[in-house]
Amino acid sequence: PDGSTRYTQMTNGGPLHVYVRDGRILRTDVIEFGADDPEPWTIEARGRRFSPQRKGCVAPHSLTLKSTVYSEDRILYPMKRVDFDPSGERNPQNRGISGYERISWDEALDIVGSEILRQKRVHGPGAIALAHPSHHQWGNVGYYLSAMMRFGNTVGVTRVVLNPDSWEGWYWGAMHHHGGSMRLGTGSGYGTLEDALKEADQIVYWSADPESQFGGYSGTEASQRRLWAKELGIEAIHINPHYSPTAAFTGGKWFPIVPGTDTALALALMYVWITEDTYDHHFVENRSTGFEEWKDYILGKTDGVPKTPEWQEGETGIAARDCRSLARSWASKKTYLGVGMAGLGFGGACRNASGIQWARAMVMLMAMQGWGRPGVNLGNLAMGTPVDLEFYFPGYADGGMSGELQNTASATNNYVRMPHLLSMNPVRQIVPRQRLPEAILDGKATGYLLDPTSIEAQFMPFEYPAPGYSKIHMLYRYGGSAMGTIADSSRFAKMYRSPELECVVSQSIWMEGETGFADIILPACTQFERFDIGEWNNTGGFGFHWQSAVNHRVIALQHKCIEPLGESRSDYQILWDVCKRIGLGNYFSEGCSELDWAKRVYESSDVAKHISWKDLCRKGYYIVPPEPPALRAPVDMRWFYEGRPKDVPEPFPLPGGYSDKWLHGLQTQSSKFEFIPSSLKRLDPEQADRPALMRYTRPFEGARDGERYKRFPIQLLTPHQRFSFHTSQDGKGSAISDLADHRMPIGGHYYQIVRISPSDAASRGIGHRQLVKVWNDQGAVICAAEVTPRLVEGVAHSYESSASYKPIGEPGASPDIGGCMNILTPNRMQADGTVASAGSLCMVEIEPWSGDGAIQEAAE
Amino acid sequence: MTKWNLIFDVARCNSCNNCVLATKDEYLFNRFDGYSEPAPRLGDLWLTLQRKERGKAPMMDVSHYITTCQQCDNAPCISERSKGVITKRADGIVTIDPAAANGRKDLVETCPYGQIFWNEELQVPQKWSFDAHLIDAGRKEPRCVTACPTRAIEAVKLDDAKMAALASDQDLQQLNPELGTKPRIWYRNFDRVTANFLGGTVVRVRDGIEDNVEGVEVRLAVNGEVHASCRTDIYGDFRFDQLPAPIEGSLQVLADDGRLLAALDFQITESRYLGIIEIDA
Ligand SMILES: Nc1nc2c(c(=O)[nH]1)N[C@H]1C(S)=C(S)[C@@H](COP(=O)(O)OP(=O)(O)OC[C@H]3O[C@@H](n4cnc5c(=O)[nH]c(N)nc54)[C@H](O)[C@@H]3O)O[C@H]1N2
Ligand SMILES: Nc1nc2c(c(=O)[nH]1)N[C@H]1C(S)=C(S)[C@@H](COP(=O)(O)OP(=O)(O)OC[C@H]3O[C@@H](n4cnc5c(=O)[nH]c(N)nc54)[C@H](O)[C@@H]3O)O[C@H]1N2
Ligand code: SF4
Ligand code: SF4
Ligand SMILES: [Ca+2]
Ligand SMILES: [Mo+4]
Repeated sequence: PDGSTRYTQMTNGGPLHVYVRDGRILRTDVIEFGADDPEPWTIEARGRRFSPQRKGCVAPHSLTLKSTVYSEDRILYPMKRVDFDPSGERNPQNRGISGYERISWDEALDIVGSEILRQKRVHGPGAIALAHPSHHQWGNVGYYLSAMMRFGNTVGVTRVVLNPDSWEGWYWGAMHHHGGSMRLGTGSGYGTLEDALKEADQIVYWSADPESQFGGYSGTEASQRRLWAKELGIEAIHINPHYSPTAAFTGGKWFPIVPGTDTALALALMYVWITEDTYDHHFVENRSTGFEEWKDYILGKTDGVPKTPEWQEGETGIAARDCRSLARSWASKKTYLGVGMAGLGFGGACRNASGIQWARAMVMLMAMQGWGRPGVNLGNLAMGTPVDLEFYFPGYADGGMSGELQNTASATNNYVRMPHLLSMNPVRQIVPRQRLPEAILDGKATGYLLDPTSIEAQFMPFEYPAPGYSKIHMLYRYGGSAMGTIADSSRFAKMYRSPELECVVSQSIWMEGETGFADIILPACTQFERFDIGEWNNTGGFGFHWQSAVNHRVIALQHKCIEPLGESRSDYQILWDVCKRIGLGNYFSEGCSELDWAKRVYESSDVAKHISWKDLCRKGYYIVPPEPPALRAPVDMRWFYEGRPKDVPEPFPLPGGYSDKWLHGLQTQSSKFEFIPSSLKRLDPEQADRPALMRYTRPFEGARDGERYKRFPIQLLTPHQRFSFHTSQDGKGSAISDLADHRMPIGGHYYQIVRISPSDAASRGIGHRQLVKVWNDQGAVICAAEVTPRLVEGVAHSYESSASYKPIGEPGASPDIGGCMNILTPNRMQADGTVASAGSLCMVEIEPWSGDGAIQEAAE
Repeated sequence: MTKWNLIFDVARCNSCNNCVLATKDEYLFNRFDGYSEPAPRLGDLWLTLQRKERGKAPMMDVSHYITTCQQCDNAPCISERSKGVITKRADGIVTIDPAAANGRKDLVETCPYGQIFWNEELQVPQKWSFDAHLIDAGRKEPRCVTACPTRAIEAVKLDDAKMAALASDQDLQQLNPELGTKPRIWYRNFDRVTANFLGGTVVRVRDGIEDNVEGVEVRLAVNGEVHASCRTDIYGDFRFDQLPAPIEGSLQVLADDGRLLAALDFQITESRYLGIIEIDA
């Protein structure tokens, strides 16, 4: 009636209806399901029946997207740094300082195309590095694991590889105890929603704030389930240094633990269970190995230190009596342990210097209470809805059109179902993204593989430079988030100004973070400006069957709602155009447009059996009907607890990964839960930071002792943004800027918020909404202070992932008013022999800031 | 004649801000002829979320509630001065005619809730008008309601008598009722914002070991009369909520046989966690 056209999109926070009028986005709205959409499932629990609402409950960051599409920081034209002359002086030292001039697409593509060939000729294979972030706007075609992967293979690049940054402690630690390598050491969540609602008495949210991390990509779908749990009297417990939004929502007992010390609390809980004999003997005796040795450590026979509640009090700040009460409550009631954003793993505590210990301790707690017993499992209501998981549709990690069989899940999904050209990278050299600055600046770096095929694959080191390959002299950067997301991020500012990098290309949507360090900027468009196809919260890959986090499986044709702004182009188009310049346009594209590819993905999936292409294009989405209760997935680990062959619908571990008969037991060497992992024993039983017999040690960064503590007495937590998906919706005039819990406008500039306790504020003379300098030896960030009782003395809180980086002087060496808290975090790895980032906790001092003049200048 | 009301439930809100952002999305860059000029990109939120923090670690409570134009029936913004500019519609919605309002910065101060915002760029006073342009086009509820994942916000269209009955039935509160503006925005479980709690933890030491005491009775008395009573939980915690502010009285911790285990006087003007109360035995 208002002259608008309604399109459909799928975003990182859920599906949207997009209304467009006169070529502009009018509104982005929640999708309310219609009469022709299937009815939802029902769960019966304790005499009540629960069904989800018939709409897609999205994350707040989805509802802010229109404001970032029309951002003043959008890059609308190809640009070249003014003092970058590809055939003359390149002035790398001026990256991040000098400005840009508009150039034509032809000129931009000529420069990039000829530089690619020049690099190969002059330096040889490996000279071109391709770096990308962990996330991307949603889809199966334009995604980095799809088109960008194929581009990298087409060009031949040194891949800058990701560490398992979301999983760290689980991948490098917990996995050794229970296997689950295909999920990087976390649980699967099958059937746990129904089990929790029917059986559980309480849920422990340990380093978990799912009302902020929204189960990852599943929006606010689980919020309603937490209200159900409340109505059923299922209690909530929160172990978190921050009184989180989830705690505010569910209520319940709060344990404001000293960050980085959680393992001590966990050990003391086990101490109480052992001394009061309240652990699950069935599990421990029949399903585990190594318990006697472990018990000796807990009781102090190994090291003379019994891990008593009194002992942990000195570490964690949690009273011994509270520790005993928690242990007794946990053992006497059926308890779910809900770690991290979806209850199955993750959690800020897995990303600090003691993250490996913590995740290991968490699965040992599960084992001692009978993991898989009714009402006892990993979960926090974020996962395990009874949606139909047998219906096939690919997730973003399933390879899309990449044709890349090793570094995506394509080999078992898209490649076999959607015949397309195989692609392969001729360059074997890789470099870890946490060590990219060292690779460039020092000329060498060591990494360890992110490889899910086995428990042991992670032990494999790799070196940069790889024998016989060229060092990196050209960086093709896709996105520009590192200043906000990688530890000790000033390193990147230094790296960019190194003469080793002869050319830096940035393919970006917005001018932010690192983008302004590039020589050539290629303007990409947002997902609203191109076609794609995707399913809500379906990541595939390591997140196999994560669709069980949402209430309805929603598969959307992602319409091109508007034309690309300015001269921006879709990523796919840009990559194709570059490939044309080197004679490989057809190899890259198979002559297909993005819509053609979306159709090919559709045809390869089960959706094609239920709705015609035309109807899908017209309606925009398809909802997979829930299956009859009899076909619902069984509960994760129940089979193991009961000693049956594995019956949950995951094809993991690989058939050859069992050491008992197929489907019998876990992936570990003993096929049992291993308190003392045999994989770590084989590696090196006494490896200092990752011994086979796990020991509690204070984190090297973040402990309340030592010299550093005297100078930097505040522990700064940097968990994930609530209102943005990492850097994506932060900054750039985003509508979330005005949210009181996101940023604070002071003098016209929107400052990152640092939250501090009333006592720390008082002792430093810091008032609410006052500008402060948060600093340590690595640098300083100017923030606005929020004084709140949600933190105890000595702990501060600020989100990682600032999109804007605004040094008030020399890049990399002056205070930042953009809000990049990762300037302050340690780049040291959690343990030798890993690339486990430890950035979520660091030591800082905070003081009032009055350098207004400098800020005024920088803000302009 | 049925009229629009909005009911907000403090106990259902997860503070996701979807309501705030959906409302912002509706007005950002958009002109709805006869209804509203575009909202400014940054600065004012016509519907926003307030936060209330009570208590301190380890016993505290945080809740949220929306603030926006209250669609008052007895609206101070509607007067001779705003005649032809601000109007109360038959369905209860209060709207500002953007054309007539041009240049009328003086109207901003007429709202005692601070819910009329001045758009400097467009020189027009603005506020949230219940998404009237969508309602008139047949939408069944404003966008904040659709975007809410927990049904913490509901839009109901009732005649005033029915609404009054519902309000008294469910103990719905209004913002600043003392202003006499007769708002059409109602708040459920608003005690979490307006009332105070008083809590503490009962512990005892035996053989040198301190433990929480579960299940003892704690009584709260005012002027010698028992006002409320509860039992400690497994953490020894007790919490009396919905207390008026300020309040003074005494607490008694009682054994099962009625023996007095501990007693103390209190006086509070805001929510308070008293900390540890040690008992013998
Ligand atoms: N201190 C601290 N640091 C952390 C963490 C922590 O807990 N604490 N968490 C870590 C974790 S788990 C993660 S996953 C990482 C995330 O770190 P990153 O992956 O680096 O962060 P993102 O913001 O997701 O990066 C996305 C980038 O890609 C761009 N982009 C998005 N979509 C597109 C597109 O369609 N085309 C193009 N060309 N560009 C696009 C965005 O603009 C942005 O620059 O952060 C890690 N860093
Ligand atoms: N809105 C939104 N959602 C997201 C993301 C986003 O950027 N925005 N990112 C997504 C990604 S990539 C990931 S990996 C996940 C991350 O999901 P999580 O890893 O679960 O998230 P975090 O915010 O890092 O940590 C969760 C909680 O751990 C607490 N915490 C931190 N350190 C400690 C500690 O030492 N001890 C204890 N007990 N608690 C601690 C923090 O206060 C926080 O409340 O979220 C995903 N979801
Ligand atoms: S809240 Fe203010 S603007 Fe809204 S009707 Fe009442 S007086 Fe008028
Ligand atoms: S959308 Fe609903 S749950 Fe979210 S903040 Fe608004 S009222 Fe609260
Ligand atoms: Ca099934
Ligand atoms: Mo992550």
